[in-house]
Amino acid sequence: MAVAEIKTTKPQTGFAEFWFYFSRNKGAVMGLVVFLIILFVAVFAAFVAPHSPSVQNRDVLLLPPGWTQGGQWTYLLGTDAVGRDILSRLIYGARFSLFIGLVVVTLSVISGVLVGLIAGYFRGRTDTIIMRVMDIILAFPSLLLALVLVAVLGPGLVNAMIAISLVNLPHFVRLTRAAVMSERTKDYVIASRVAGAGTMRLMFLTILPNCLAPLIVQATLAFSAAILDAAALGFLGMGAQPPTPEWGTMLAEAREFIQRAWWVVTFPGVAILVTVIAINLMGDGLRDALDPKLKRS
Amino acid sequence: MTHVLEARNLTRDYHIPGSLFKKAKTVHAVKGVSFSVDQGKTLAIVGESGCGKSTLARIVTMIDPATAGDMLIDGNKVDIAKERLTPEMRQKVQIVFQNPYGTLNPRKKIGEILTEPLIINTNMKADDRRDKAMAMLKKVGLEEKHYGRYPHMFSGGQRQRVAIARALMLNPRLLVLDEPVSALDLSVQAQVLNLLADLQDEFQLTYVFISHDLSVVRYIADDVMVMYYGEAVEYGSREEVFSDPKHNYTKTLFAATPRADVESIKARLARKNAA
Repeated sequence: MAVAEIKTTKPQTGFAEFWFYFSRNKGAVMGLVVFLIILFVAVFAAFVAPHSPSVQNRDVLLLPPGWTQGGQWTYLLGTDAVGRDILSRLIYGARFSLFIGLVVVTLSVISGVLVGLIAGYFRGRTDTIIMRVMDIILAFPSLLLALVLVAVLGPGLVNAMIAISLVNLPHFVRLTRAAVMSERTKDYVIASRVAGAGTMRLMFLTILPNCLAPLIVQATLAFSAAILDAAALGFLGMGAQPPTPEWGTMLAEAREFIQRAWWVVTFPGVAILVTVIAINLMGDGLRDALDPKLKRS
Repeated sequence: MTHVLEARNLTRDYHIPGSLFKKAKTVHAVKGVSFSVDQGKTLAIVGESGCGKSTLARIVTMIDPATAGDMLIDGNKVDIAKERLTPEMRQKVQIVFQNPYGTLNPRKKIGEILTEPLIINTNMKADDRRDKAMAMLKKVGLEEKHYGRYPHMFSGGQRQRVAIARALMLNPRLLVLDEPVSALDLSVQAQVLNLLADLQDEFQLTYVFISHDLSVVRYIADDVMVMYYGEAVEYGSREEVFSDPKHNYTKTLFAATPRADVESIKARLARKNAA
């Protein structure tokens, strides 16, 4: 008996297909490049940075950037109020920002997916309770809630990261729950159940892999939101504590010099801006590449 | 000899809870249906959309419990509402679904889809599982090179073959076919039906074949049951039902089947010209 048809063209592998759609979005590719540069700089900060981020040079307080009048080329972006090199601090600060993004996203993705999976799979009362709690978290302005949490836990980078993760949690729960609910009734899940698959297997091996695409997109967007939130908390004095070269904390330290020395506030701000934009652009490209509904053939 | 599947007065009610503006109500999806199937035979269940066919399929496959009535598989009474299903019972009944595009997990390769039932239910070694899956692939008319491919690389007919192969991996006694060919085009329909017939001979399988397509039913069934609004209005051997339908609904159903032979086309044209 003849088989209906045999494909002659070689099917695209997953990654080739992904890159095909991702590379069509020029902004996304630029975002990826910028992000990779930041990643490189952060990882090799010790080799890239011209100075130590914490050494204070009392001879050059508030030195303007190298290309302006009175600047020195050894301090390319100038120095801050206690004579530390701003460029070096920014480079080391990239470590903190990426670390914050990574930890926050990992924490909120793992817990959010778990809670959302339980809510979407079991439905009923469990679902109602979980979703009402998430609604309450969502009802607070996110920064305010993070502030309250940090105030309770005590200021510091680790506590700030925990607070931001909790604030980010409801987005992941909702997204996972919606995806799980639509997958749960599909035939392949029922077929797996008829074959004898237990609850755990159905939840984690059958349903979850099919819900990952929107979660990856949300994770990249949450990554940039986390960096922004951490900077905001740092600025308000509730996040990383000085002398940590965290971008938000740097902004907070420089607040009083806004009038006299523009470079102390501008460069940390630009660093945050560029990183967040790059990651958001990348997230948009990921959405294009991973969401089948947006795929153009 | 005991029947492979025997159903006595199976009933299934769906309770719809009331809200502020609506009263609670109960939908009787299946109202007391009895039937039995012997080994190697095919029972076809026919009826229009919403008559309870698929509900019955879900009860027989032990996905949903029946509200009332008894179901016996190989003479053993099964009631999933009361007790947990043993793996042995699970393995006896498998199902093939209508939609070939939703029935295979899009993230898994064909090989993983086929070996999953074995991983869950048996202690076979990975090599043995692979060999068995390969053999089954060939039995359903696919090739070994399809083992490592993903479902989206296959046509509808090929996917339905994979679905049949997966259902057969556990050597079931009873296969529930919920409109397995309705979503396929005619030539592929014939291929899949022939495959099902061959497999039935080879493994002495028992089929419960759910369909709305009378020509398909006439081809594959031994017994036919016609359902109408949750009731079995007609139940008998294929010859009985097709040659001498008793119930009004069955007669209407047969009359509604389009005919494509030359005589009937000529008659229709004559009627049209006369009018």
